[in-house]
Amino acid sequence: MTTLAVETIGLSRRYGRRWALSDVSLGVPAGSVVMLAGRNGSGKSTLLRVLATALRPDHGSARVAGHDVRHERDQVRRQVALLGHHSFHYEALTAHENLEIAASFLGRPCDPGLLARVGLEERADDPVSSYSAGMRKRLALARVLLQDAAVVLLDEPYGELDPPGFALLDRVIAELRSRAATVIMATHLVERGRALCDHALLLEEGRLAWSGEAALMPAEAPGGSARA
Amino acid sequence: MGKGVWPFVMAGLGLALLAWGSTWGLAFAPREAYMGEVQRIMYVHVPTAWNAMLVLTFAFACALVSLLRGGWRWDARLEAAIEAGVVLSGLVCIQGSIWARPTWGVWWDWDPRLTTTAVLLFAFGGILALRQFVDDPVKRAVWSSVAVVIAYVDVPLVYFSVRWWNSLHQLQSTPETVSRAFHWPLRINAFGVLFLLIGLVELRARLAFLRREAESAPPPPVRVAEALGGVR
Amino acid sequence: MSQFVAALRKDLLLQWRTRSQLVAVFVFGASALLLFSFAIGPNAAALREFAGGFLWLALLLASTLALADSFESEMAQHALEGLLLLPADPRALYYGKAVANLLQLTLLGAALVPVMVVLYDAGTARVPALLGIIVLGAAGLSAPGTLYAAMTAQVRARNTLLPLLLFPLVVPALLGAVKATSLLILGDPMGQLGAWTMLLVAFDAIYWSLCGLVFERVVED
Repeated sequence: MTTLAVETIGLSRRYGRRWALSDVSLGVPAGSVVMLAGRNGSGKSTLLRVLATALRPDHGSARVAGHDVRHERDQVRRQVALLGHHSFHYEALTAHENLEIAASFLGRPCDPGLLARVGLEERADDPVSSYSAGMRKRLALARVLLQDAAVVLLDEPYGELDPPGFALLDRVIAELRSRAATVIMATHLVERGRALCDHALLLEEGRLAWSGEAALMPAEAPGGSARA
Repeated sequence: MGKGVWPFVMAGLGLALLAWGSTWGLAFAPREAYMGEVQRIMYVHVPTAWNAMLVLTFAFACALVSLLRGGWRWDARLEAAIEAGVVLSGLVCIQGSIWARPTWGVWWDWDPRLTTTAVLLFAFGGILALRQFVDDPVKRAVWSSVAVVIAYVDVPLVYFSVRWWNSLHQLQSTPETVSRAFHWPLRINAFGVLFLLIGLVELRARLAFLRREAESAPPPPVRVAEALGGVR
Repeated sequence: MSQFVAALRKDLLLQWRTRSQLVAVFVFGASALLLFSFAIGPNAAALREFAGGFLWLALLLASTLALADSFESEMAQHALEGLLLLPADPRALYYGKAVANLLQLTLLGAALVPVMVVLYDAGTARVPALLGIIVLGAAGLSAPGTLYAAMTAQVRARNTLLPLLLFPLVVPALLGAVKATSLLILGDPMGQLGAWTMLLVAFDAIYWSLCGLVFERVVED
């Protein structure tokens, strides 16, 4: 019995009068790379945010990296990094400054090579307000790498990136896998997901519609693009 | 939340007591020697003021419990108590003005208690406005509870600061002395307002509770086989 | 403690980067002082008598702008949420922001004093005491103001809600600051300054502790 990095039982979360997540029960083995697929509005982002403890569950429970998301929030947060729809940075500050701030709260020194790794070293001292969407994504990726987390949650990471950015992300995921980190990636790019991931979860209107080996993921996954 | 008819009974009893106490005080109690007929408003003003403070204290208690325990019951009572507090504070200010005008020739005399009540009126009115603008019911409950705690802690500070501020200028003082002959109508009215208040707050809280429940229905249960789904 | 220092440095850096906004807020405060003087008219004695009150009114109004600004940058890209998820201690984040706001409001208040001296002919020889009152009054605005700015930054109608919630609350601090400032300008024959200062200190002590305690509930889901 492998240990589960993520385990949810009956997880539900409201959004207004809708249920963004409805009674979701799943388990993710530690060290695996999982694709989270589903159409827009199916609950992928909500699930990732609940697992990152950015949102509290309305019903049900979830354990991430061995800790309960409701009652042991800080312990979960120390083990989890989220690459979300919002990039968590300060527009008025530079990339360098943003990373330094994150590092100071993490209590560890800021690795000067991180910005070079994500291809931002030339613009590192420009304010983030001058960045393109792709550059902001790279900065958010650098922040995730800084956190050195055991569970990494990626929400549509390929969005806004250019082809070199795609390659960068593939490299990062490979490195996370070799580090035995657990990765859950929400994506529309089904073919790419099949290539990179071990397992797949399909959400539909907030419910878990399918789960299994990524290679067996149905080709006509609703909302997924057939090409990477 | 409760379903009995006791709030209606309480409210009815309250109204009856109010009718009795007010008739006695306004029509039959002896005329006050110094101030004359206008003093009769004390029979309504003092009970309203007591109950305003009482219901705002109740709101404070509901806020604390709501923050510590969660759930909709105490948030519903909080909502009812804040509304009642705003209404009663408003009435106190109006009654105070009605008394002040013939007595001192001005509508407002910056009496410390009255001024504190006016500040409370704005503070709790603002919290009601806050509740209107927050859509997520859980956030609404937590934030308004926090705001109520913060506003209530301010009450003694407001009172003392206004009293100091006023004492340097104010030569008049609000007559507090109500001689013994006047106690009974006052007490009857105080209980009248209290019972009416309890009944109305309970009814309003029930309404709020039903609204919260409607906003947050749990999802229907999933079939057992699907419930065990996931990668294992 | 180190998290508090990290938070304070972050907030001071943000304030420095957006310092042009502070200049605009100062101009707003100075305009308010000018307009208030029109309400009194060119009556030198009356202007001098009410100068303290108008200084603090101008600062109060300007503070709603400055406080709301202090959370703009936190909400734009959910930066505050990002820090909380690291995890960062919410109390450290609150006190860092509140102290940074305190410094900013003190700066604003001190900058408005010369405007008051010129327009209202209301100066004082006791400059350190005046500065002390400005710090205490700014602290009274900053503690609940930072909490409510964090709250209202997350909802619509935020520009109306912040003053609506803040103004009734800070009445004791406002009274204390106004009285103390007026005594410094007009003279304090009965030695009341100490009492008003104590009121400010009490208000600050209570709200700096209380707001720090509850901040987490206001920014976490």
